[in-house]
Amino acid sequence: MDGIPYLVVIAPFAVLFGVVATEAGLSLAETMGFSVLVVAGAAQFTAVQLLVDQAPVWAILAASLGVNLRMAMYSAALTPHLGQAKLWERISVAYLTVDQAFASAMLTYEKEPEMSPADKVSYYLGFMIPIAPIWYGGSWLGAVAGTAIPPEYALDFALPITFLALVAPALRSAAHIAAAFVAIVVALLAAGLPSGAGILLAGALGMATGAEVERRMETKR
Amino acid sequence: MTASSLTIWTIIVLLGIGTFLLRFSFLGLIGDRKLPPWALRHLRYTPVAFIPAIAAPLVIWPDATGGEPEPTRILAALATVAVGYVTKNVLLAITAGLVTLYGTGFLLG
Repeated sequence: MDGIPYLVVIAPFAVLFGVVATEAGLSLAETMGFSVLVVAGAAQFTAVQLLVDQAPVWAILAASLGVNLRMAMYSAALTPHLGQAKLWERISVAYLTVDQAFASAMLTYEKEPEMSPADKVSYYLGFMIPIAPIWYGGSWLGAVAGTAIPPEYALDFALPITFLALVAPALRSAAHIAAAFVAIVVALLAAGLPSGAGILLAGALGMATGAEVERRMETKR
Repeated sequence: MTASSLTIWTIIVLLGIGTFLLRFSFLGLIGDRKLPPWALRHLRYTPVAFIPAIAAPLVIWPDATGGEPEPTRILAALATVAVGYVTKNVLLAITAGLVTLYGTGFLLG
């Protein structure tokens, strides 16, 4: 039940997705399709933004999956703890892998090494039991309420603000800041490219910059 | 938005499958093999690279103003980053951004 404090963060974020998706022209069913099948806020916002920009399908998928690449890292980190669990348990954990659950589970597993594999699965799924329904319900509420909000409230700007708010706390080191800085500069310089292409280029170069700065800082130490 | 419903559902389903495969990759398919350090090092920076790349053009050239830079939006973006960086709190950062957006929008008319 460690998931409950996170509801304060997840619920407004879910509502915001519903509002933004509806404002972008998505139907209620499409908005819910995103929240139920994808279950990844930042990637959902990315896909909706690129749909608005009329980017080609391949570019939308590449950029959104790019945002989600970190999930592969989470999967790798969880494997020593949950790799022996039953198939349906691993499928459930995978479907419910979100930043907050991953971070909380890893901290708990490291703090309490005596947990059995079954305990670890219970902890993970227990964490997500309150969160997943709030994610679906919040999106639904936002989608229904979104149609009632008049356009002069500049809700188009809710999306970049949300993105920046997600990223700012993650700027933990010089390498993170360098990655974000290069990504921003390249994205602005590449704004003339077909939509989607600039983001992919900027994201890839930012990622490589972060990795390189980290490598150099480690060699120096 | 001009995308057809079929296009939108194609994206939803493929993104859903792709995201699941990323999450299931090691847990389900690859097993207990370690990723090489260079790959982990790159994966660590995907969010801080891709998300600002998406946000930056939206801040500088917003669609709603016809692509003209607007001080209100740039100030709101700076406030969001500053509060998010200092407090490490996503909701406080969003609140700071929205307050700045509506507050300066009101002051500047």
